[in-house]
Amino acid sequence: MPGQVHNPGGLQKDLMATVIVTGLLVWLMPMLISTYTLTVLIIYGMLGLSLGLIWGFGGILCFGQAAFFGLGAYSYAIAAINFGESTLPMILAVLVPAVVAALLGALMFYGRLTDVYLGVITLVVTLILFKFVNSTAGPQYVIGKARLGGFNGIPGFQTLNVPGRPEAYIWGDAYFYVCAVLLALVFVLVTVLLRSSFGRVAVGIRENETRMSLMGYDVRARKTILFAIGAAIAGLAGALFANWGEIVTPSLFSLGQSAEIIIWCIVGGLGTRLGPILGAAGLAYLKFLLGQQSLVDNTLITGLILVLFVLFLPRGIVPAVSGLWQSRIGRGRRSRRPQTRRGAISRERFNG
Amino acid sequence: MDLSFVILVEMLYAVSSLILISAGLAVVFGMMKVINLAHGEFMMMGGYATITAVNLGVNIFVSMLVIAPITVGLIGLIVERLVIRHLYGRLVDTMLATWGLSLFFIGLATMIFGNTTTGISTPIPGFAIGNFQINGYNFFIIVVSALLLVGMLAVLKSTRAGLIARGAMQRPDMAAALGYSPNRIYMATFFCGSALSGLAGAVLAPLVGLVPTSGGAYIAKAFITVIAGGPSLIAGLFSSAGLFGVVSQVFTFAISPVIGEVALLVAAVILLRLLPQGITGKFFKGKL
Amino acid sequence: MGETVLETQGLTMRFGGVIAANNVDFKLQARELRCLIGPNGAGKSTFFKCISGLQTPTEGQVYMRGQETTRWMPHEIASLGVGIKTQTPNVMDALSVFENIWLAARRFHAPSDAERKTQEIIERLALGSIARKDLGQLAHGERQRVELGLVAVGDPWLVLLDEPAAGMSAEDVARMTEIIHELNKTAAVVIVEHDMQFIRSIAEKVTVFHQGAVLMEDHVDRVLSDPTVRNVYLGKKA
Repeated sequence: MPGQVHNPGGLQKDLMATVIVTGLLVWLMPMLISTYTLTVLIIYGMLGLSLGLIWGFGGILCFGQAAFFGLGAYSYAIAAINFGESTLPMILAVLVPAVVAALLGALMFYGRLTDVYLGVITLVVTLILFKFVNSTAGPQYVIGKARLGGFNGIPGFQTLNVPGRPEAYIWGDAYFYVCAVLLALVFVLVTVLLRSSFGRVAVGIRENETRMSLMGYDVRARKTILFAIGAAIAGLAGALFANWGEIVTPSLFSLGQSAEIIIWCIVGGLGTRLGPILGAAGLAYLKFLLGQQSLVDNTLITGLILVLFVLFLPRGIVPAVSGLWQSRIGRGRRSRRPQTRRGAISRERFNG
Repeated sequence: MDLSFVILVEMLYAVSSLILISAGLAVVFGMMKVINLAHGEFMMMGGYATITAVNLGVNIFVSMLVIAPITVGLIGLIVERLVIRHLYGRLVDTMLATWGLSLFFIGLATMIFGNTTTGISTPIPGFAIGNFQINGYNFFIIVVSALLLVGMLAVLKSTRAGLIARGAMQRPDMAAALGYSPNRIYMATFFCGSALSGLAGAVLAPLVGLVPTSGGAYIAKAFITVIAGGPSLIAGLFSSAGLFGVVSQVFTFAISPVIGEVALLVAAVILLRLLPQGITGKFFKGKL
Repeated sequence: MGETVLETQGLTMRFGGVIAANNVDFKLQARELRCLIGPNGAGKSTFFKCISGLQTPTEGQVYMRGQETTRWMPHEIASLGVGIKTQTPNVMDALSVFENIWLAARRFHAPSDAERKTQEIIERLALGSIARKDLGQLAHGERQRVELGLVAVGDPWLVLLDEPAAGMSAEDVARMTEIIHELNKTAAVVIVEHDMQFIRSIAEKVTVFHQGAVLMEDHVDRVLSDPTVRNVYLGKKA
């Protein structure tokens, strides 16, 4: 039994695997897909992971993860215009969404709101941001030197540079490598977090809030912290997206964007770290390919995918495939879990 | 004097349109505890059904009040049979699946009608009160939603179907125990809810330029109104639409329409924080 | 010895017009074992929820080891060193027995100790053979036993159990009795229970609830032979 929960060797193996897989992908993938497209797939992967963390491991279904993505992007753009250098803006892009999420999370979790109500509030907050930012076209909406620009968004900000050297831009292939390394880094941090006591307690809370509070855990505080961590990751993804697109627009905050993040998680698989990343990259690439044809509408296919997955594969691809793999090689001693969303948990759920 | 009358009409109009927008969602949520996130798209389809019928030469009122509700009701029936019925009791999963449906219908409408704005003109002319121009069609909407509330109340209170519905709302197992097939109750409910959504979309169609993504403008408001209303169907609908309608109009007049919308949303967040069970979870308990 | 670990003064709980608990004064000494009995709706479960923080009483106070805990949340009360088990099995279904107990242990112990403590409890409660199984796969009696493990692993000085023997086989009940006696060596125990057989086997002092108030408080034998109590249980007027 020892070694089941505490498994430092497992962590090392995990880290090694992450490094090797990242290295291989960064080397091989550009031969198949342009680095420009790959970069945005990586960014979406990070965004998917941010929701996958709080939803899959914390049981917090956020209908407004796009709000934090957009906040990160806008924080970066506004700060970059004001400072003319990218290091501090990158930090702000992580901090601002995290603080906003901590406040919003405290409001919700200390009010004991769950399920639908959580959905309503996160959805509404996203809409407020969307409507507000959309209406800031007038010249009176200025933060420092940056005009918010309403539905036109903010173009022409300082993009990523080598820290301390504003003239040394990081772009093209170099930017692709930066994004890939950052995603790997975030992935490792999430792994460590999920292996820590905090991460295990989060899974416990997802499973049974009442029991965890009867055991002495302050569920409200822990959910708020996890929510803020998820928002920080989404914010980082937002800043990277701003750098990639070189413009930020209100559509980053849109409900459509939020819906996509949720779809990535469901298709990839909840309760896994890889699922949301693969779901995001895979579906975003599919969308890119579909965008090149005009026979069938893109949105129609996205919607159809979501419906079909909820009906027929609610656990998502990654858990289903790994379950299949395990039963093939005869390690599938665990009985199949019930096919409900609550039970949609992969084998790795507890060890991260 | 003229101004205060105009403001009063605008307030009433704001409340009425919220009631109209939310009624279909409220029926489905109240009876089946299902949140239909494709509700906005059902409204959008109601709009397209109306415009198509009018273009084919049908009278506009017949198109709005008969053809659109029936068309969308039938679409709802198909959706219920194919998707929703597999997900009863799984609130989050139904929300996700219907969100998928909403995207699906947006795509479908784009393929059929194209991504362009279509519209029809309002069949009722405007008129002036003193120096102010009033949109005559607003009165029509106020009347329709008042009739809608009265109609729903009458059906629930004094028909056999309404009695079964009230029973099913309070105790879903009860209706089954009395020999009514829950399957058929759910089918009927979803048909009625969808038809109401179609009606709302149809009636509002002359006021907006219709695009396949029009539904998005409605769903959030409807969702908020229904959840904030709480467990009682009609009292909840009326009280939360009343509250939000007035709040948004006050801020619209005082500052701007955008701030009015934002105020509505902020009011919803505050309300849910204070009354997590919705207005009728705390007040008017046990009313319809 | 003789220290009062749990006390309520004038504890009252109203739901609208219904009074579920009416002016309850209650005292429990360290290492005492007390059963709360009474017919359905007598208010014992409401009383239980009020002292464990799951509900906030309308009036009155709750004290634990002299400290007022009336408006505390369950997690604050649990953090004092109070073990709580609710009526229905309340466990993490998708996690294994080991993981469940580890989570409870981790709240009160450093990571390395938590693992040792978990092992210890698993052995003490004879859960070794099922330690790797998920709670969702276990039988009702086993789940109840695991939940007692969650309570025991924090080394509580006060244990609150709501119907621990409900729906269990005779064999499971016997085992449960043993575990409760074991817990009682270091902790005061409050048990809400219906099962007379179980109460006879475990209790000495019993508090009888009726219509929200305390009807009597005495040794189990005297209580069960008392005509008033018998009337209450048979549904006649008290």
